[in-house]
Amino acid sequence: MEAVALQAGGLLDPLYWVLELWYGVMEGVYRVTGLEMLHPDFRFMYRAILMGLCIGIMAPLIGTFLVHRQLALIGDALAHTAFAGVAVGLFLNAVLDFGVSPYLTAVVVAVIAALFIELISEATDAYNDVSMAIVLSTGFALGSTLISINAGGLAVGINQYLFGNLSTVSPSNAVLLLALFLVIVGTVAVTRNQLLYVTFDETAAAVAGISVAWYNRIVVMLTAMVVVGAMQIMGVILVAAMLVVPVAGATQVSRSFSESILVSVVLAELAVVFGIGFAYYGGATGGPVIVLVAVAIYVATVFVGKLQSAMGEDVVQEVDRIDAEELGGD
Amino acid sequence: MSDAGADAGDGPLVDLSNVTFGYTATPVIEDVTLRIDPGEYVAIVGPNGSGKSTLMHLLLGLQRPDSGTARLFGESAHAFDDGARIGYVAQHASASKEMPITVREVVRMGRYPRVGFGRLGAADREAVERALETVGMAAFGDRRITHLSGGQRQRAFIARALAGEADLLVLDEPTVGVDAESVDAFYDLLESLNGAGITILLIEHDLRAVTDHADRVVCLNRRVHFDGPTDEFVGSDALARAFGTAIGLRGETA
Repeated sequence: MEAVALQAGGLLDPLYWVLELWYGVMEGVYRVTGLEMLHPDFRFMYRAILMGLCIGIMAPLIGTFLVHRQLALIGDALAHTAFAGVAVGLFLNAVLDFGVSPYLTAVVVAVIAALFIELISEATDAYNDVSMAIVLSTGFALGSTLISINAGGLAVGINQYLFGNLSTVSPSNAVLLLALFLVIVGTVAVTRNQLLYVTFDETAAAVAGISVAWYNRIVVMLTAMVVVGAMQIMGVILVAAMLVVPVAGATQVSRSFSESILVSVVLAELAVVFGIGFAYYGGATGGPVIVLVAVAIYVATVFVGKLQSAMGEDVVQEVDRIDAEELGGD
Repeated sequence: MSDAGADAGDGPLVDLSNVTFGYTATPVIEDVTLRIDPGEYVAIVGPNGSGKSTLMHLLLGLQRPDSGTARLFGESAHAFDDGARIGYVAQHASASKEMPITVREVVRMGRYPRVGFGRLGAADREAVERALETVGMAAFGDRRITHLSGGQRQRAFIARALAGEADLLVLDEPTVGVDAESVDAFYDLLESLNGAGITILLIEHDLRAVTDHADRVVCLNRRVHFDGPTDEFVGSDALARAFGTAIGLRGETA
């Protein structure tokens, strides 16, 4: 399946090279640490760790722009439509002998669903949880139906999509995730000012000449990409947790926005590294363990946050006068 | 802001003609014509639900008129996108309530229309610090904005509008929730900004503030009931007509 998975071909060659480079780095780490899970025979673990680290950056990065607009649910809705996309891919492969990566069809379906949700919200002037719930159920029902039609060949691998799997990450899927990662991080790097303004204060952003509708569309499309990228390890059902939980933790302890992004990435990476480690040595599925670690970290940040505000309470500053004279001069 | 005066010869900043708008079949704004020239200090007053905020949305291009035309800096208001020319302070900070963000990060947004996809340069950072000092919030730059009082938060939003060094400042009941002492200082600030050539459009329900400070008053209740110099407004019965009852300037019913 992998051989013909990515027709984009040549464009992604440098990413295969990155993957080879990563194998080298991991083998180096193995020689230094001697950790069993990093044994060169377990190349799939190398890929799983690389994907986990990418997820730990891109999920909280996009999640930050969702959580602060009360859009935490949208990740969940898009994950379930991505599941329908996976089913479409599997269906095409089984029925029409297409040989397309189900993750590629998942990206397409999820991005279309993301735009659909956004257009509904623009038409009705609100993101409402009812339409989100409808999109979510439709996606999941469609996916399940397509899969049950082909029950013979398809039901086999479905758990890997629902719950994620550390050991089935193929090189071509790892490269697909790297490509998504670059698109996501690159887009946020370029549009960070606009995304922040729109997230914080939509009306003022509109007055400032920023096209709010377009940036909202960009955010939901990036969300769809994150969801598909993270789905391989996290699974459909838990993928939204990586968008939300580290960001919620960072919100507890951060003062500034840039600090909160940095902290959320650090928290997510901790969850990924420890989660994969625990899962490997405990013989558990990766995604759920990563989420449990992330939630444990979140609980810890709540206590740290309470402690911080208790200790900072006594610092009272006086505001200065509004200084009109200084301005009148020029 | 020093080049604001250079625009004085160009046409009006705000130009609404025969604008009618309604969210439903009943118009909220009916046949409003309003022209604001560079350097003016204009206040729009009217009772609750008189369409003040809607009028502001129309003239900023956030809503399109059902009929009539709205122009901003000579362009169709809806298509106008040079955000650097407008500073905007909302009624209640419409902003996210829980988001971790510092006062300085909020004020920096005032420079975003000028830098686009780029980074803030030295001049931008200077403008941000100057704006923080002007509103007396320099010591609060690194504080999380959600942990401040309503008045302090509003000062931060005013600083954001100032940081952009805009030609036109639009303020929608900016002093709601601000302590009395700061309110006086705030109006002094608007006056000196106006003296420096910046056009001010103030939407207010505090009539005393309006009559004390603005040069021109527009009294709105769906239609324009009065538009002229503040002195004439004080002597007229426009208020009674707009509010539908006999109301004195201090707000007491007569």
